Amino acid sequence: MYALVDCNSFFASCEQVFRPDLRGLPLVVLSNNDGCIVARSKEAKALGIPDLEPYFKQKALLEKNGVHVFSSNYELYGDLSSRVMTTLEGFSPDIEIYSIDEAFLSLKGLGVDLPEYGHLIKNTVYKHTGMPVGVGIAATKTLAKLASHIAKKSAKCDYVCAIVDVAAWSAVFRKIPVNKIWGIGRRLTKQLADNRIYSVYDLMKQDARQMRRRYSVNVARTIDELNGIECYGLEQAPEPKKQIFSTRSFGQKIMDCTELEQSVSQYATRACVKLRQQKHLVKTVSVFASSGHFVEQPYSRSMVIKLPIATNDTRQIITLARHAIRNGIFRKGVRFARAGVGLIELQPERPEQLDAFSSEQPLRSKQLMGVMDSINKRHCPIVFASQGLQQNWKMNRNLKSPAYTTRWEDLPRIKT
Amino acid sequence: MLIRLLSSKIKLPFFSSKVAAGFPSPADDYVEKGLNLDELLIQHPASTYLAKASGDSMTGCGIFNDDILIIDRSLTPLHGDIVIAAIDGELTCKFLNLRLKQLLSANQRYPPIHINAETDLIIEGVVISSIRRHK
Repeated sequence: MYALVDCNSFFASCEQVFRPDLRGLPLVVLSNNDGCIVARSKEAKALGIPDLEPYFKQKALLEKNGVHVFSSNYELYGDLSSRVMTTLEGFSPDIEIYSIDEAFLSLKGLGVDLPEYGHLIKNTVYKHTGMPVGVGIAATKTLAKLASHIAKKSAKCDYVCAIVDVAAWSAVFRKIPVNKIWGIGRRLTKQLADNRIYSVYDLMKQDARQMRRRYSVNVARTIDELNGIECYGLEQAPEPKKQIFSTRSFGQKIMDCTELEQSVSQYATRACVKLRQQKHLVKTVSVFASSGHFVEQPYSRSMVIKLPIATNDTRQIITLARHAIRNGIFRKGVRFARAGVGLIELQPERPEQLDAFSSEQPLRSKQLMGVMDSINKRHCPIVFASQGLQQNWKMNRNLKSPAYTTRWEDLPRIKT
Repeated sequence: MLIRLLSSKIKLPFFSSKVAAGFPSPADDYVEKGLNLDELLIQHPASTYLAKASGDSMTGCGIFNDDILIIDRSLTPLHGDIVIAAIDGELTCKFLNLRLKQLLSANQRYPPIHINAETDLIIEGVVISSIRRHK
């Protein structure tokens, strides 16, 4: 059994955690340098504001409807993400951080009432962090993803959906288009339509072996997964991820700083390989480590670091990750059970898609050393990260919310 | 997470066994990790947020303008707790009086806020500490 926990309109919800006045209002978040709309609150979706559209094209519509517009604030998103993930670690000893706003939890052998557990997860995450989430529970990761889709769409579900008996869901599956399935992209959707496969139900009734010959092994696996036969364990997926997280639980607890540094170096290396395969550069990195929840004094720390210039150079990410461990995350006496590196803000490698600030040459070693030196000099690398940010975001600072949780001068003000 | 920053510079080695003449205690091998303010002030890092107080309605309980508030969202608010409430979309810090169904200030100049079914009120978290800088 797997649970997929997925934050509702994550970036938009992050903007509402410290702004109760904005909850329930239409709100959008823009990509790098305010290029595109990348997140919409439920209310903004209801207004018909399209996703992934250039901001300038939608500006008039947004203004007319009084939609609140924010530039992306990756320090805030990274910090809230790690709070959500840490909270989720309390619900399963086996979790996979799938993206900045999604995690798979293995529920194997927990012996819990599934819908009830789903509601407990949802309510706890909201209470502890302020982040609204949906929970989908099912026998396979593909079905869990589908369940989380249903959880959000159907008002009856109240953001929690457990698919226990697949056969009982036929009527619902007939109504869900095939492109809502994990790993079924646009091209495949078209090909499937040519063979009159339109809905989730249509696909799950196909013969997996035949479909393997006709399409690919991934399509066959998806069919199996839809029928409750597990093909993807934790850390396995049919498609590239939106953010790249490389994280693992240790076989043996780590108490030594150098060892912890070595482990994150490994994860950084793995993440960078995927990054280059996807032909992307990374702009914001998060590094984290924790003792796991199932100990007497749980300890967990994360750090979000913004690079002055986007990179795909493994060495640079390793150096950053090790500095984060040494100068902030590691703590003497803590038995670390888990660590990881997340590449959370990605941008395409191709220069024509880059923005004005990052269209420069790849990060030069001199600048890198500058980055490292500042981290060394300060006992608080986060302060450094936010300063790097100030230079990089000159153009659109007016739309960016404060780094409420990572910068002293940005703490939320509360009226007394 | 900025919580860690509270304590980054403090390192006060602390010996848990008494100093004795003669043989050193085997326990002296275990120098403690030092005092850490996070440990004292924060029980649940993932659900603890920091904020800054703005105003004088809570001076009676020692919360002054610009003090740092440490807020734990995971705690269930109890009668008598200092809480962060969102009232009509605005964050405010008050005493929670469950018996009178009121939010109370710690300053006579501020009247109580009555809570009824129509009040748009959400308790966001419980203030577990406040920090004042004297220099």
